[in-house]
Amino acid sequence: MPIQYYLFLSLALFCIGIMGTLMRRNAIIVFMCIELMLNAVNLLMVAFSKMYNDASAQIFVFFIMVVAAAEVAVGLAVIVMMYRKVHSVDINILNRLKH
Amino acid sequence: MLLLQIDTAFIIEKILLITVILLGSLGIAMYLTWAERKVAAVMQDRIGPARAGIFGLLQPLADGGKLFFKEEIIPDRSTRTLFILGPALAMLTALMTSAVVPWGPDITLENGSVIRLQVADISIGILFIFGVVSLGVYGVMLGGWASNNKFSLLSSIRAASQAISYELAMGLSLVAVLMMTGSLSLREIVEQQHGFWDGYFTWNFFKQPLGFLIFLICAFAELNRAPFDLPECESELNMGYHQEYSSMKLGFYLFAEYINLFVSSAVIITLFFGGYNFPFMDKVAGAASPIVFSLICVLIFLTKIICCILFFMFIRWTLPRFRYDQLMRLGWKSLIPLALFNMVVTGAAILWIFK
Amino acid sequence: MSTYEILFWFLTVMALSCALGVILSRNPVNSVLFLIATFFAISGHYVLMNAQFLAIVNIIVYAGAIMVLFLFVIMLMNLNADTEPQKNRLVQFAGVISGGALFLVVLAALRTSSVNMLEQSPTDIGLIKNLGKTLFTQFVLPFEISSVLFLSAMIGAVVIGKKEEAVSEVKQ
Repeated sequence: MPIQYYLFLSLALFCIGIMGTLMRRNAIIVFMCIELMLNAVNLLMVAFSKMYNDASAQIFVFFIMVVAAAEVAVGLAVIVMMYRKVHSVDINILNRLKH
Repeated sequence: MLLLQIDTAFIIEKILLITVILLGSLGIAMYLTWAERKVAAVMQDRIGPARAGIFGLLQPLADGGKLFFKEEIIPDRSTRTLFILGPALAMLTALMTSAVVPWGPDITLENGSVIRLQVADISIGILFIFGVVSLGVYGVMLGGWASNNKFSLLSSIRAASQAISYELAMGLSLVAVLMMTGSLSLREIVEQQHGFWDGYFTWNFFKQPLGFLIFLICAFAELNRAPFDLPECESELNMGYHQEYSSMKLGFYLFAEYINLFVSSAVIITLFFGGYNFPFMDKVAGAASPIVFSLICVLIFLTKIICCILFFMFIRWTLPRFRYDQLMRLGWKSLIPLALFNMVVTGAAILWIFK
Repeated sequence: MSTYEILFWFLTVMALSCALGVILSRNPVNSVLFLIATFFAISGHYVLMNAQFLAIVNIIVYAGAIMVLFLFVIMLMNLNADTEPQKNRLVQFAGVISGGALFLVVLAALRTSSVNMLEQSPTDIGLIKNLGKTLFTQFVLPFEISSVLFLSAMIGAVVIGKKEEAVSEVKQ
């Protein structure tokens, strides 16, 4: 299997994630799209690790997972707080922070 | 990819094994419902089911038949697809775990071919079990949410937070065991517990009593069984997450629970009580032919599993239910620190004493 | 077509269609389920690349823990298709265009790069033994730092969750 296939696949997943972040206004979906982008990167990392026969890239996938988990813990807490304040998860409402 | 170059005989062998295990666990789960009622009856000084067949042995069939012929109701305001997906997922995850459990030693036939009594011997068997167990919560969550009922929703949220909390302590208690065995493959863990006495007790239970206790408590919580059956406590939530379910969908939820009970007992026995190993097994192996010996091993394994299940049932009908805050306090403030302590002690012992 | 290729294309189609499902479905619960299916497809790819350990960790961490949290939050807030914020057509269009443009640009840049084949021979770098050795020798400092990161995230989440209650009590 050419490495290009994995490159294109993870690129496509990453771009779907970007589209989702730009299109949707639901904060939770935006957050999920970020997870999708991180996973696209993980996939590419594993493909490269296989190509160079080197375990370091797989270790990096671990670290990405750690960061993702930490991010989810804090991010979801923020979203829950936001919902309690404004009773919505619409990210445009965060504009109010300006005032 | 060499992994995928497999021959037909191998596929047929595995399909046969899978069929036997699936039918076996379904049949055992069926009779567990009967056993549970009988145990409850004994504990409460009653007779229990006695009408259908001798000792009420046909009762599970009657119950199953009843569930099949009941009217199937899908609530009007429910989310239809997820309502159906819920029990299906519960059943799927319940049945998947049995794939990595080694049911008996390899049978070497006279022509040299080996029959493995394990569906898949993967190098990360325990992690596979963890993965499937952590997916098990989706069946309850989706079913409870899709019912569009307050009680179901509360119950599914309870189930999810309970499962997430106790998974942590479960994993940490297992880390200590894995430090002793040095392998994640269930087959290897069982083989390390060969026999019973080898100058020391070989079973992991004797090496990790605290780890076993934590694992057992977490297993109770993961199975949603009393004293941790908060997701379905009648006095607060009517029936819990399967409130809106009827007919065989309800049956799937109830059934999945008993399959989970069976499989998790099998996992506990495999990890801590030597799986299919038994005292003096080498002498028996010398006396009997390989096939007979394997059958004896499987029977011993099943006997151990049944003892474990009976223990689960006795606990259920003895202890009162925890309150929800007590459950969370036990999980986070007692079990996790205890598991961490166990891990540190095990690590220190391996480093300084057993080296 | 070998079994490997059939599996590859099946998993690829599954990953892409489920990822599209995530951003296109109106109900957040369906989005979560599609994302879980995407993670399963990605885990399947890991297995194909002999990274079994990462595959199962991916399922445990993402599907088993992170997505349960997402589902949990969505259920607590009782979000569904009705409460979905209405979006601007123009913004949506711009999002698709910019995402697609990025895709095309990177695709064009990578199209002419030299072709490296992934060997389909089984390797054992994905086994837990080797990964553990690399993690605890070469990467032990990042590992410790990431544990600090985890701890701070945990405390952060608790603090964010707690503070609001105290403030609202004071207001009342």
